[in-house]
Amino acid sequence: MRHIISLLMENESGALSRVSGLFSARGYNIESLTVAPTEDPSLSRMTIVTTGSNEVIEQIIKQLNKLIDVVKVLDLNDGKHIERELMLVKVKASHQYREEMKRISDIFRGRIIDVSDNTFTIEITGSSTKLDAYIESLDKSAIVETVRTGASGIGRGDRILKI
Amino acid sequence: MSTNKLTGAEIVIHSLHKENTEFVFGYPGGAVLNIYDAIFQLKKFKHVLVRHEQAAVHAADAYSRSTGKVGVALVTSGPGATNAVTGIATAHMDSIPMVIISGQVPTHAIGQDAFQECDTVGITRPCVKHNFLIKKIEDIAPTIKKAFHIAKTGRPGPVVVDIPKDITAEEAEFIYPENIELRSYNPVEKGHQGQITKALELLIHAKRPMVYTGGGVVLGDASESLTKLMKKLGFPVTSTLMGLGGFPASEKQFLGMLGMHGTYEANMAMQECDVLIAVGSRFDDRVIGNPDHFLSKPKKIIHIDIDPASISKRVKIDVPIVGSVKSVLEDMLVIYDSLKTAHDKNNQKEWMIQIESWRGKKSLDFQNSKEVIKPQYVVQELHKVTNGDAFITSDVGQHQMWAAQYYPFDKPRRWLNSGGLGTMGVGLPYAMGAQLAHPEAQVACVTGEASIQMCIQELSTCKQFHLPIKIINLNNRYMGMVRQWQEFFYGNRYAESYMDALPDFVKLAESYGHIGMQIKNPSDVSSALEEAFSIKNKERLVFLDFLTDQTENVYPMVPNGKGLSQMILAEDL
Repeated sequence: MRHIISLLMENESGALSRVSGLFSARGYNIESLTVAPTEDPSLSRMTIVTTGSNEVIEQIIKQLNKLIDVVKVLDLNDGKHIERELMLVKVKASHQYREEMKRISDIFRGRIIDVSDNTFTIEITGSSTKLDAYIESLDKSAIVETVRTGASGIGRGDRILKI
Repeated sequence: MSTNKLTGAEIVIHSLHKENTEFVFGYPGGAVLNIYDAIFQLKKFKHVLVRHEQAAVHAADAYSRSTGKVGVALVTSGPGATNAVTGIATAHMDSIPMVIISGQVPTHAIGQDAFQECDTVGITRPCVKHNFLIKKIEDIAPTIKKAFHIAKTGRPGPVVVDIPKDITAEEAEFIYPENIELRSYNPVEKGHQGQITKALELLIHAKRPMVYTGGGVVLGDASESLTKLMKKLGFPVTSTLMGLGGFPASEKQFLGMLGMHGTYEANMAMQECDVLIAVGSRFDDRVIGNPDHFLSKPKKIIHIDIDPASISKRVKIDVPIVGSVKSVLEDMLVIYDSLKTAHDKNNQKEWMIQIESWRGKKSLDFQNSKEVIKPQYVVQELHKVTNGDAFITSDVGQHQMWAAQYYPFDKPRRWLNSGGLGTMGVGLPYAMGAQLAHPEAQVACVTGEASIQMCIQELSTCKQFHLPIKIINLNNRYMGMVRQWQEFFYGNRYAESYMDALPDFVKLAESYGHIGMQIKNPSDVSSALEEAFSIKNKERLVFLDFLTDQTENVYPMVPNGKGLSQMILAEDL
């Protein structure tokens, strides 16, 4: 099952490699991993999307907690949460396609952030499945380039990850 | 230059001194020259010069295993650090508290592919509890404080501190922190009282209870508490390779070691019990064999461990108790007193009878010989000659198993071997660390002709530091355990497992300034051991080269992937 795990860790050089190294050393999957400092610059927040049985996820959480630099770990799937991912897509938008591209991007509430004679660059945010759906809706030959951030997640309501 | 300022190198030495470091095992090199100069000038501890960095780490590891204190090793950058990696990984697998200081090329040269540069923090990351690269001189003292704290608390382990050379030459004031707080690291000491009570209730109502103890008992200094509790409960106890000595082997409750080469009674009891309590052990593959087979007989499992990640890793646990083994056992002792009226020992009577009948199989019996020396017999005689009170180190292979099976340990921290990583070559450096820590004690290294050659250069260190180690070389001219597997599972095709072109170990020992003896006849075993351990040789290293039976195998044996009750016994053949 897919899980989205959030963690806070000391914002030290090498901290990311401790986490990614743990996943490769123990054979855990990483679907995506994003990391950036928090409002407290001494801490980084990381979001890892992974898949595995309940036993494997339990081990992943325990092994993450065992890393000395990791301050707190939360499996967002343990409760209600929101998940967002940002994608930038460059699509072919030469004369005959321009309207069509604009229309599809509107349906997915994308924003055109760059325009050239032949291309649009569209910014689109949402759950990872929504981004997948957008890609699916495009003619493959129309896609010039895509870049995705990987998912970020946060608990709903009072559910927080903070020290 | 202000007089109250110290160089980075001096800060390293003073920090180690603050941590009560007695010995530093090391080898100098370019990146640690400043540190060595400070060692020379400050004389705050004894430096033990080894002949290979791997041995420095192993010896520091053994110092720790035999004393419970943090072992310290010092190596240079690049090859110094990479040579140390085997030692670090060995200590990591067995959770040994150590601090390894490595030199690094100067800060400005990092990443430039400088001479003797390697990414020590990157290379050691997967085999340490934690590691640090020092970025500025002010960080040296607090980082060393953190390193010792992390190494010895929680589930212990090795910590590497990598220090660029330029920082050891700079100057700063020396302030050693009294305490250290890490917001991201707070190991749990005390177990959950509700879980402890629940565990005891399960145990006292069990029909077929079983106690399985591991290295955590030894590392957590919990032997006494364990022994007290077990005497009250009266349950059968088995131990892993790493836990030997944690419960006195001479107690009748003790069933010997379990696992791949465990006794018949220990393995059968593990398989057939209805309530199992695991104490500081981790259900690894060499211990419980195939986990599905192990669980095919339903049982409730209680697990005490300081590391939450060890719980339910290979086997699902019914009653997990996270905490230091000692603290949890102490709590159990107290709670048991309030529950003991409910403990009807008749419940377990049939079980004890069953266990005695398994014990009656005498699975460790072997056919001694008048013609050829049986390795098991050598270990038995070693036990006699040393009154069962020596520090025994071993390398890895058949001799390791025979030492574990035929040298019963009554005290913890007497049995030093590489259980997790299974590192050939540890035996001699382990003996060095143990002998330095216990200068008056008898220290014997039980080894084989293959393993001993992996760190043989340390005979020179032994000479320099006058270490009167006795090397018990069970020389069967084979990598015995490899040969055994080839005999059992590879149709007797002995691929590269013979030991050809062996040195004359007697002359070799003599060339290093030690005493060498070769023993070929079973009738000479006892007298040779007595001579080696005699007062006359109290100050001397004696290398005893026993030419043993080439075809002897270790029994019982649970083949890889099989269940614990599916043992091959000597009598089956």
